[in-house]
Amino acid sequence: MPLIPVVLWTDALVFLLLAVTALFAVWAARHEHLRAPWRRVVRSRIGVATLVVLLAYAVVGLLDTVHLRLKLDRADASGEVRHAPEVLSLLDLALSGLRERQEKTYSAPFATHLHTKEALDQPDGTVIRDYPRLQHGGAHLADPERDRAWDIAWRSLIGLIKGLSLWALLAAGLVWWLARRHGQPFDAVRDRILRGQTQIPWRTVLGTLALVLILAFVIGELALKYHVLGTDKVGEDVLYQALKSIRTGLLIGTLTTLIMLPAAILLGIMAGYFRGWVDDVIQYLYTTLNSIPGVLLIAATILMLQVYMSNHADEFASLVERADLRLLFLCLILGVTSWTGLCRLLRGEALKLREIDYVQAAQALGVGHFTIIARHILPNVMHIVLITLVLDFSGLVLAEAVLSYVNIGVDPTMNSWGNMINSARLELARDPIVWWSLAAAFLFMFTLVLAANLFADVVRDAFDPRLRGV
Amino acid sequence: MTAYIVRRLLYAIPILIGVNLLTFMLFFVVNSPDDMARMHLGQKRVTEEAIQSWKAERGYDRPLLYNAEAGGLASLTDTILFQKSVKLFVFQFGSSDAGRDIGYDISQRMWPSLAIALPVLLIGLAFNISYALFIVFFRATYVDIGSVVLLVAMMSISGLFYIIGGQFLIGKLWHLVPISGYDQGLNAWKFLILPVIVGVVAGIGSGTRWYRTLFLEEIGRDYVRTARAKGLSERVVLFRHVLRNALIPILTGVVVVLPLLFMGSLITESFFGIPGLGSYTIDAISNQDFAIVRAMVFLGAVLYILGLILTDISYTLVDPRVRLQ
Repeated sequence: MPLIPVVLWTDALVFLLLAVTALFAVWAARHEHLRAPWRRVVRSRIGVATLVVLLAYAVVGLLDTVHLRLKLDRADASGEVRHAPEVLSLLDLALSGLRERQEKTYSAPFATHLHTKEALDQPDGTVIRDYPRLQHGGAHLADPERDRAWDIAWRSLIGLIKGLSLWALLAAGLVWWLARRHGQPFDAVRDRILRGQTQIPWRTVLGTLALVLILAFVIGELALKYHVLGTDKVGEDVLYQALKSIRTGLLIGTLTTLIMLPAAILLGIMAGYFRGWVDDVIQYLYTTLNSIPGVLLIAATILMLQVYMSNHADEFASLVERADLRLLFLCLILGVTSWTGLCRLLRGEALKLREIDYVQAAQALGVGHFTIIARHILPNVMHIVLITLVLDFSGLVLAEAVLSYVNIGVDPTMNSWGNMINSARLELARDPIVWWSLAAAFLFMFTLVLAANLFADVVRDAFDPRLRGV
Repeated sequence: MTAYIVRRLLYAIPILIGVNLLTFMLFFVVNSPDDMARMHLGQKRVTEEAIQSWKAERGYDRPLLYNAEAGGLASLTDTILFQKSVKLFVFQFGSSDAGRDIGYDISQRMWPSLAIALPVLLIGLAFNISYALFIVFFRATYVDIGSVVLLVAMMSISGLFYIIGGQFLIGKLWHLVPISGYDQGLNAWKFLILPVIVGVVAGIGSGTRWYRTLFLEEIGRDYVRTARAKGLSERVVLFRHVLRNALIPILTGVVVVLPLLFMGSLITESFFGIPGLGSYTIDAISNQDFAIVRAMVFLGAVLYILGLILTDISYTLVDPRVRLQ
């Protein structure tokens, strides 16, 4: 076999998450009260624009979630096929150029020379101190001073054309599909989209998509020959790090809630529905957890995990598995600190719902408690769950950075924006300053969180019954 | 009301016991005191003797939960759980694993924490409320839309970047104040300015947005319509009616964080080198000092519960309709 698939714990959970999302989508599509708010979401311009951006992030994150081990080129003496010990993801393979082209140390974005001076042996035997040429960044240029600007412009143009061609293809496909669905001529549909007269704002979708594609292709084209965002202290490409960090950010934002969601929903509804001692016990549980400052609880558990890992080092096969387990643990503990809010909201809602006529009628007819919860209560609190999910997401992405910065976040070997900031924090004090690692982390994080915040607003407005009339 | 407060305080006891049990389990079920001793003494070349004496010095030489050797009640009290937990309830924090008196450290370090947290809270509150009022005054204009976009963008920036950016701009580029450090007494002011500014700016996004929603919700109420119908000017409506009525949620929101101010901000303090409780905790975390972290968790829980009770009381003070039973 040329490769062995590797499924890490978090990978498995992501696949589970995808399955759950797909099931929910099918289920929601069949229920009008859930379909209507989503329709509102996709009819908002901000909603669809942010959705495109979020999907772009999700694609990168998902590519980074499929892990495998490649076959080694040389079989050993016995002729047995061996596999590399290194666990790679599809994203690693797609970016193998970036991953492998390491420089010696810092280099600025688009630089052709190293950021620090070194003693260089000249052909005539003398030694001078100067900035050496990079091994990979702009190495194809004969005279960087003269050619670099033209080369960058030329490559950007090629990227632009490639991106636009792909976009044109997709756009034409979309228009064709819409035309067929509505039974209208191609031109009419195209003109309606261009004038922004469609119900779903396809013009915004296509505009955002064009932006994303062009950006991706231009950067991709340039990244083949340059370090677009420079290199860090050990010469690793910053763009690669930033892209790898996307998975970490997304996982923290989504898995955390996924892990605790069942508990929060079950306990919250039970507390509100059964009241009495069940309510007391559950209330006690979440008040207790809530009273512990979140950061401290996280710090304590991560500390514990660290000690456990260093005492039982032999239980973890590889660094990747170790880092993965720590990420999972972090999601778990972040979930523990964040489920209480949702639980309290659901309890309040369930308290209200159990007094409503149709629930009372069901009770009078002798319908079982759990049937009532599944039939009547759960579907009617789903909007709260959804709103909480999307509102929490950006907060969790931001929390990851802070926690990693204090060394109680993800494993230091794992790529994450927090770790990038952490390792870059002293670089601002260097002279001349090294700003690109920070800038890259800032840019990628800001885009994701901003998109998530805007999207969350749209979802909340669409789902919150109080805001319906407005 | 006294009865209510007493009941709430009594209700806090089981919660604090729960908090204590939880942290205890987190620390000691996975890692035995032996592991802790080994970690503190260094993994290599550590003798059994050294471990035993380290444990004896810090009171970790007892059994964890149940002492079979001691008879009667002592089988429950002569354990690490009991010995290390009960004193927390009377705020006897004991000494840290490194041997320092935690209670003394806390009493010393809470003042720098307060010196930052209080100005951040007050200035932030004043700024956010006035900005929110300004936005509401110009609602549904470009001022409103532009401000909301700005606020959402500010919310989306990680707090780390506010700190890094502030230190870089004000401290390094403009040389206005020292980047980090602290001084005794009143000389501390120049070290405090930067963290306070950063704290306020970092809170503008979410804070102002929250107050804006509050005010907008209030402005849709009937009494506002009545006031307008009476012919009151927009300014009077906004300041005399809307602001006053929105003060209730604002006040309760503030009261709940008041006790937590003592805890200090973990990140800000360690960044600016301020010897407060936040950096104390961070240091304890990185030194893996369990005694301090446990003490801070307990203290945090106490303050949180206190905050909740204060919120309830503040409800009755601002809204005479609320009766506590």
